Amino acid sequence: MALYLLRRIMQSGFVLVAMSLLVFIGVYAVGDPIEILISPDADQEEKERAIRALGLDLPLWQQYLVFVSRALQGDLGRSFVFNEPAIQLILQRMPATLELAFGSMIIAIIIGLPLGLYAGLRPDTWGSKTIMAGSILGFSLPTFWVGLMLIMIFAVQLGWLPSTGRGDTAVLFGIPWSFLTIDGLSHILMPAFNLALFKISLVIRLTRAGVRETMLMDYVKFARAKGLSPTRVTFVHVFKNILIPVVTVLGLELGGTIAFSVVTETVFAWPGMGKLIIDSINVLDRPVIVAYLLMIVVMFIVINLIVDIVYTLLDPRVRLESKGT
Amino acid sequence: MSSTATPAKIKVETPFRRFVSEFAASKIAVGALLVFTIIALIAILAPWIAPQNPYDLAVLDIMDGRLEPGAVGGGGYVHWLGTDDQGRDMLSGIMYGLRISLLVGVGSAIIACAVGAALGMIAAYAGGKTDSAIMRLVDLQLSFPAILAALMILAFLGKGILNVVIAIVIVEWAYYARTVRGSALVERNREYIEAARCLALPSRIILFSHLLPNCLPPLIVVGTMQIARAIALEATLSFLGLGVPITEPSLGLLIANGFEYMLSGKYWISFYPGIALLVTIVAINLVGDQLRDVLNPRLKK
Repeated sequence: MALYLLRRIMQSGFVLVAMSLLVFIGVYAVGDPIEILISPDADQEEKERAIRALGLDLPLWQQYLVFVSRALQGDLGRSFVFNEPAIQLILQRMPATLELAFGSMIIAIIIGLPLGLYAGLRPDTWGSKTIMAGSILGFSLPTFWVGLMLIMIFAVQLGWLPSTGRGDTAVLFGIPWSFLTIDGLSHILMPAFNLALFKISLVIRLTRAGVRETMLMDYVKFARAKGLSPTRVTFVHVFKNILIPVVTVLGLELGGTIAFSVVTETVFAWPGMGKLIIDSINVLDRPVIVAYLLMIVVMFIVINLIVDIVYTLLDPRVRLESKGT
Repeated sequence: MSSTATPAKIKVETPFRRFVSEFAASKIAVGALLVFTIIALIAILAPWIAPQNPYDLAVLDIMDGRLEPGAVGGGGYVHWLGTDDQGRDMLSGIMYGLRISLLVGVGSAIIACAVGAALGMIAAYAGGKTDSAIMRLVDLQLSFPAILAALMILAFLGKGILNVVIAIVIVEWAYYARTVRGSALVERNREYIEAARCLALPSRIILFSHLLPNCLPPLIVVGTMQIARAIALEATLSFLGLGVPITEPSLGLLIANGFEYMLSGKYWISFYPGIALLVTIVAINLVGDQLRDVLNPRLKK
């Protein structure tokens, strides 16, 4: 177990180094670092000073070390546009994105689980076939298009839901959150559903497959033979066992959800990290771009690591296998 | 002999004919293929059938801007799908936009397929260190969401059709590599490869004329699905303003341009390009679904 964990953490560390190298190459080798890291408004003297401060006159491998050590100290440059440290700017926007991502996870479970359960228990009905066809659409439709349609129907035509922004927020732990107010909830509903579409389809498929597989297991047959009611068999015996894969996959999807919120946030003008990166790319605010990419990569690797570890703890098969080796 | 008396009516069953008849078993798939063919034809023939050249700024009249669908503009013809804020005929814009979307989608899928298939076959054939090195790279690529990787690449390379194609190829080659490696590993141990080796054929010939054709079925299925994904990804990137340049808008950029007018009820600028995108993607997916059922040997009766 310890060996497995150690190997897994080393693997993550390796990926982290590889990704930081990629971002470094992107900044220093493909692009012109002077152009990327120093504001275009700076005069010649300021430029020279910045070049020395950033170590751009050093050989490339030393520059990488400087880049990494500065990044480890949380110094990824200042935004040209906001004139604030890039890291701080991103951290300010992070709660909005996390709120959206978790909201979409909850929606995916609330909608996906019951539909998947129904499709798994009654696979041949007309309703199940519709659900499965719908889940194909959820996989293949571009998120931004669905978001647009949602705005067109619910905001423009029906006028039920607001189409942009976070609405009223309430402060908890010193951070403003939308889900604590009614107005904020009405603002988050559409973007969260939009972001959830792909995951709803995923949960439907996983649940359906899980139910169909589990229903044939001996312990389910035994529970039935014991004379337990079908409701109890379904919700206690079957349901518990399909939850593990569903939760794991959703956990793995968290990183992807945060990455994909770029699209949803742009459509619904949700002031999170994703909207920030798109705005930054459009005005070439490069320190923010670099900081965002590094942060999201770190976040991604950490999430994957945590999910893997939790999975190992949950699933005895993985645990025992690694003990054997 | 009795065998010579076979009636001439019976057709010889070739693999291709069997494939066609199995594919045609699903009416939905045939319909989808038909729709896709029409879309492809529209895209190819756009310069000849579109009422207007949307890239020619000389024919655009700002006075015709934001006309409703069915209105007659200054050019004297009906704008069936309305016009955008520049006075560009939306029907023509969609026809030309389809060209770009399909070009980027199909083009990047073909390049990604070539790169991925080559690497996948090399991995399967060489085995050992080469194999694990390539597959580690595939794992790494697949663990990152497509949009994030594409964002990273375009943030450094900048906008442009070529850069979008590069980004999509880098994002998608891993799917092909994994698929080809999987089937090549199975095929590698078959007798015909052994026979080819015994004939002392060069590796190059064994790989490309013996191994590759037998790995094609799964590759075709993945390829079809990935074309749809590539088109959707290009549209998403263009919608975000990171994709194709504004002078030659793809469907995604047309949708983005109309987005701001949607809130004021001028839905058609975004809506119709969106429908064109939707129909294209769904049609390709339906064809791909049927191909998967036909080409999957496990589902054979």
